[in-house]
Amino acid sequence: MIINHPLLGPRDANEFVHLGDESLIDRPDGMADDAANKFHDYMYLRDNPAGKYRELWYHDAGDRSWLVVTRDTLTHEIFNVELARDVARARGRSK
Amino acid sequence: MSQSFRINGGLTDRSKPINFTFNNKKMVGYEGDTLASALLANGQRLVGRSFKYHRPRGIFSAGSEEPNALVQLRTGAYQEPNTRATVTELFDGLTATSQNHRGSLGFDFMSVTDLLSPFLGAGFYYKTFMWPKAFWEKIYEPIIRSSAGLGSLSMLEDPDKYDKGFLHCDLLIAGSGPSGLAAALAAGHAGLRIIIADEDYLLGGRLLEEDHNIEGISGQDWVLQALAELTEMSNVRILPRTTIYGAYDHGIYGALERKTDHLAHSGDKPRQVLWRIYSKRAMICGGATERSIAFPNNDRPGIMLAGAVRAYATRYGVATGNKIAIFTNNDTGWQTAVELVAKGVNVVAIIDPRDTAPRAHISGVAMIMGASVCNTSGRKALNRITLTNGQTLNVDCLAVSGGWSPNVHLTCHQRGRPIWNDTIAGFVPGGDLPVGQFVAGAANGDMTLGAALKSGHKTATLIAKDLGFTTNVSKEAKADDENFAIKQFWHVTGYKQRAWIDLQNDVTTKDIKQSQAEGFRSVEHLKRYTTLGMATDQGKTSNVLGLAVMAEATGKTIPETGTTIFRPPYSPVAIGAFGGRERGQHFHPTRLAPSHKWADEQGAEFVEVGNWMRAQWFPKSDDKTWRDSVDREVKKTRTSVGVCDVSTLGKIDIKGRDAAEFLNKIYSNPFAKVPVGRVRYGLMLREDGICYDDGTTARLAEDHFVMTTTTANAVLVYRNMEFARQCLFPNLDVHLISTTDQWAQFAIAGPNSRAVLSKIIDKVDMSNDGFPFMACSNVTVCGGTPGRLFRISFSGELAYEVAVPVRYGDALIREIIKAGEEFDITPYGTEALGVMRIEKGHVTGAELNGQVTAFNVNMNNMISTKKDSIGSVLSRREMMIADDQVRLVGVKTVEISDSLASGAHFVAKGEKPTTKNDQGWVASVCYSPHFEQHIGLGFLERGHERHGEIIRAWDGVRGTDILVEIVSAHMYDPEGGLQRG
Repeated sequence: MIINHPLLGPRDANEFVHLGDESLIDRPDGMADDAANKFHDYMYLRDNPAGKYRELWYHDAGDRSWLVVTRDTLTHEIFNVELARDVARARGRSK
Repeated sequence: MSQSFRINGGLTDRSKPINFTFNNKKMVGYEGDTLASALLANGQRLVGRSFKYHRPRGIFSAGSEEPNALVQLRTGAYQEPNTRATVTELFDGLTATSQNHRGSLGFDFMSVTDLLSPFLGAGFYYKTFMWPKAFWEKIYEPIIRSSAGLGSLSMLEDPDKYDKGFLHCDLLIAGSGPSGLAAALAAGHAGLRIIIADEDYLLGGRLLEEDHNIEGISGQDWVLQALAELTEMSNVRILPRTTIYGAYDHGIYGALERKTDHLAHSGDKPRQVLWRIYSKRAMICGGATERSIAFPNNDRPGIMLAGAVRAYATRYGVATGNKIAIFTNNDTGWQTAVELVAKGVNVVAIIDPRDTAPRAHISGVAMIMGASVCNTSGRKALNRITLTNGQTLNVDCLAVSGGWSPNVHLTCHQRGRPIWNDTIAGFVPGGDLPVGQFVAGAANGDMTLGAALKSGHKTATLIAKDLGFTTNVSKEAKADDENFAIKQFWHVTGYKQRAWIDLQNDVTTKDIKQSQAEGFRSVEHLKRYTTLGMATDQGKTSNVLGLAVMAEATGKTIPETGTTIFRPPYSPVAIGAFGGRERGQHFHPTRLAPSHKWADEQGAEFVEVGNWMRAQWFPKSDDKTWRDSVDREVKKTRTSVGVCDVSTLGKIDIKGRDAAEFLNKIYSNPFAKVPVGRVRYGLMLREDGICYDDGTTARLAEDHFVMTTTTANAVLVYRNMEFARQCLFPNLDVHLISTTDQWAQFAIAGPNSRAVLSKIIDKVDMSNDGFPFMACSNVTVCGGTPGRLFRISFSGELAYEVAVPVRYGDALIREIIKAGEEFDITPYGTEALGVMRIEKGHVTGAELNGQVTAFNVNMNNMISTKKDSIGSVLSRREMMIADDQVRLVGVKTVEISDSLASGAHFVAKGEKPTTKNDQGWVASVCYSPHFEQHIGLGFLERGHERHGEIIRAWDGVRGTDILVEIVSAHMYDPEGGLQRG
């Protein structure tokens, strides 16, 4: 596969490490009252869609950016590649 | 036998004879021959034995689809089994031997299996060898193993080199037949960067094997002209001997180039190169493969594909027989007859199940319409055929054409399904082509020459426009379209003799029908039950025939029956090619510690730790065993001073206004208030609450920390920290960089470490008050070299670690040794390091194995409840902090002479060693020179409350069962007075 890095252009998928669902960005607040339940869902519940999927990739043999890649799990078509930091900020990660 | 089957013409160079041997028989061929064409020229018809029934077999095809003519090539370490004679270029001194027979090729003892064939039908191995059960291991399996397979391996290391490479292009063209060359000319003239690859060593595809006219010149001359044009273009790369074996995502193709397979010796050059080709567009111009017809005893040497008979005559100048008959259900078989007759080859008859002949007359050839071949004879070579009309013909070669199957493989590698085309009686590419891929020529169902040239040119022109090349439209080459009428006639029924479909795996029409009768109705099941198409040829000449017979048996149509899934590789690729240069020592890079050269000079033994080579111990002449060395290193360090290279530990530089706040989230224990000039031990958890890594982190300035990680986790910890920085806490002002390779770091441990370092470190108050335990500082060493000093201890002794830029590492170790001479300083390796940390009760990867929590290692109180750090929430789950969980303990053998092994289980005295009675395990062990006995660290249920208890360490693997005393993990200097002193 080829991942079109937002900063570096098209790069071979071999340079990247795949982590998984982009929902890992949405880490709950550990000090909240229901933190235990929230963390359970955060750690263990994932969708497994046949189709469009937003997932985290890390440019390990490159600039070490974390990326959110929108990919079709059936065809491997890649629709969009974003810096995960931009996605996290847009989601309102406070720190 | 001296090339008695040679005829005039062809592309072999008669002025360049080539000597080779087949089964030790000396033969001669010509430059331009394949091994197959040279064998046929020499009249060698029998070349091998079939897989299951050991039937005599000859050359069947003239290309990579060959199912029969698999030979063992070369000798010694270079021996290569299952090599297709039809694609093996002849070279001087080539040695080939036949395979899959016991006794000689002519008399194979294993041919008894042919007589047993009624018991060896489809799925026989699922029904036999079942009882008595005890027979399997001792009798059945050894027999099956010795009968299975075709050729044999040399069992020696492959001495050849392989390489890998990357290529980029606007357009990749797979195949150089008429459509491929037409496409290359159009795209090349338009200015596209193109790669045209062909598995053959000559480009031209079927134009080399058939007689045609293009633009008023012969097809072969047109090829030469096209190649001359393409060679002139700097934007064209021609790759002969290169198979495009797989179509992968996003326009990436796998290609295998056989660089030196055609030479007697590859010299220093790689034998094969595996290319990864990045293409903007790709055109599959792979042509079509001929298939056979299933009729009784259709597998004898001398029965060949009609197109192959034509190719041997036209390209190689070889007549495949003295008396040839042709059995065809389509017009291309008739074209074969015409061309053979024109070359003076004796064609006796053409047999066609159709009623009307497509030609009025071919000189000297009997035209037998409405008939089929229904039996053949000739044990080791064909000598007679019998027809359904009762006629018999004495022939030594039967050319069969059951039609042509477009080579759709590369169009289907991403799960695309081909669709059935009734007119050409073949599958053509379906709608779901891989992104950026196009198909032209016979591969797309354009079976005639004019159509192939046209589709190649047209498709390439469209691609050029699409890519924005203002098309320099080149002229399209024109040729006539030959006749290509076909009757869907698959097999001759009504006879009891076996009719082969898959020659390589010995699958007959009977097997297909039996599999259907036993309920295997899906084509994927049929394939697995009968093994149809599962041999090295992947059923290129047989799959469609098998499907057609299956469809007929189930009463379905061929499109309803469908095809099995196509997967790469298109043809076999040697494992060596996938390995490339990454073998042996080069499988992964080797990392050397900064003191490696010095340690090597000391005669150190090294051990691989990840990619690193670390000194394991430093033997001295009076050391009898490795243990003597390790014990000495430990004792010297504990009584005077020792030095160890710890540069391999991961080092991460952390800078920024929010660096402390960031570390407070990464580590489970508090980090926000670590003072400048102090080091703190940190415990890192995974988000699920399991221990991940530990290490020390030093605060060198308000906004500057230096973290160490374990050697093994250096890369992963850094990755996780970047994840936290970018994805979880994207607004913190903090930056990370890995500096593992930038700093040489040495641990200097033992009561005299302060005295040694005082001679090395410039201008630092080294007193206990001036530089106390867990202090750190930027320093200079040896009179001005920048460095860092940390007072940390893994050994439990008074100890320091000193770091300098890596280029000074070698110099620094030599200075330390010189400074330590008066104290008899000892270098120590990873073994002594391990002994001292076990004595001290420090955990490493053997304890933090991805299954234990902070609670298990008695560090639960380190996890701060006043902050939200990674893993803290889930580490507090009930089960993970339940009272009966295992806890870290130290163990000592009760008998001083006993030795311990890690992996042993704790079982109470008098209880059976069962899962139910299992109370924990031993994680790390060593011989402790300090305690003069074996000790270890382990995990025991409620272990923190059980110090002093005697329990068994039971090891079922090694067969030991000894008594141990449970003690505190902190065995050496439990109060820590030494490291603080």
